[in-house]
Amino acid sequence: MSRVIVITSGKGGVGKTTITANLGTAVAQLGKKVCLIDADFGLRNLDLLLGLEQRVVYTIIDALSGECTLEKAIVKDKRTPGLHLLPAAQNRTKDAITPEQMKEVIEQLSPNFDYIFVDCPAGIEMGFRNAIVAAQEALIVTTPEVAAVRDADRVVGLLESENMKSIRLIVNRLRPEMVQMDEMISVEDIMDLLVIPLIGIVPDDKRIITSSNRGEPLVLSEEESLPGMAIKNIAQRLDGVEVPYLDLMASQDTLFTRIRRFFGFSGK
Amino acid sequence: MFKDIIGTINSWTGAKKSRYRAKNRLQLVLAHDRAGVNPELIQKMRQEIIEVVSRYLDIDVEEMEFSIQSNDRITSLSANLPIKKIKRGNTKET
Repeated sequence: MSRVIVITSGKGGVGKTTITANLGTAVAQLGKKVCLIDADFGLRNLDLLLGLEQRVVYTIIDALSGECTLEKAIVKDKRTPGLHLLPAAQNRTKDAITPEQMKEVIEQLSPNFDYIFVDCPAGIEMGFRNAIVAAQEALIVTTPEVAAVRDADRVVGLLESENMKSIRLIVNRLRPEMVQMDEMISVEDIMDLLVIPLIGIVPDDKRIITSSNRGEPLVLSEEESLPGMAIKNIAQRLDGVEVPYLDLMASQDTLFTRIRRFFGFSGK
Repeated sequence: MFKDIIGTINSWTGAKKSRYRAKNRLQLVLAHDRAGVNPELIQKMRQEIIEVVSRYLDIDVEEMEFSIQSNDRITSLSANLPIKKIKRGNTKET
């Protein structure tokens, strides 16, 4: 049986799909069998971020309509052993699949994988219902911006009313230097507001964009990067290992900020 | 305690910093979102509460506060109605 985890945010453009691609890769790197399901019908992108777009032949819709078997629709990532993708259809609308069908697909996949990650579409309509239906755990991705936090709270409310067993928070695109100048809400602020446990903080980094340009998740890169390490840490925490949080402020340290921190006036 | 003091100092010095504005605005908007009520409804409820309370007490409408607050995902409505004086003999007149 696999752990089914939905990655959701409410607001679009906060980095859900990027997190899904990287986190899925990082969990597979731990030696787990992982299946990523793109639940964003009509606007699929997970294949593109994984660099698998040329290898998609069938989609989840073809499997459901009986045009192919479920196994045939799944794309194996050759670079990362254990990583699989079940692509969404690009040409159909979001209502092409029902929550019952989604549940059926996940139940069929469940015996073959350790982890199933469902990349949820933005919004709280049908696509959201489909994505959460079979999940026992949810990861909420938000950025330190008012609109993203507000929408994240809406989603947390909906998940709580659906009795989701575990809801944890990933803060994406944090800019420590802005938090230090009190020009961005901090991770602690977001936790105060949303009142859900944290599982990871991913700093803003231009390498996220360059890696998506190449279709190579950042965690695959041999060069160490803060966001790559942050996501690898999330993978470990998901798998039950306690990993300390990276000191994202360290790279910004000046004598002044160190003195400020010493006296307790920190952005933390 | 020490944290509280720092928080207070931060809120003085940082009153203009956008981080605190963002957090305050979010606190309000989330409380309303969680309560699931729209502003018109709150306004109507507010008027009706004033109406009922004014029958028995002389309240300071200018000074009153009426807000929906949220702490640890529990949302509560709090009304602060300063009393000018208690109306006497009100029941006999009406």
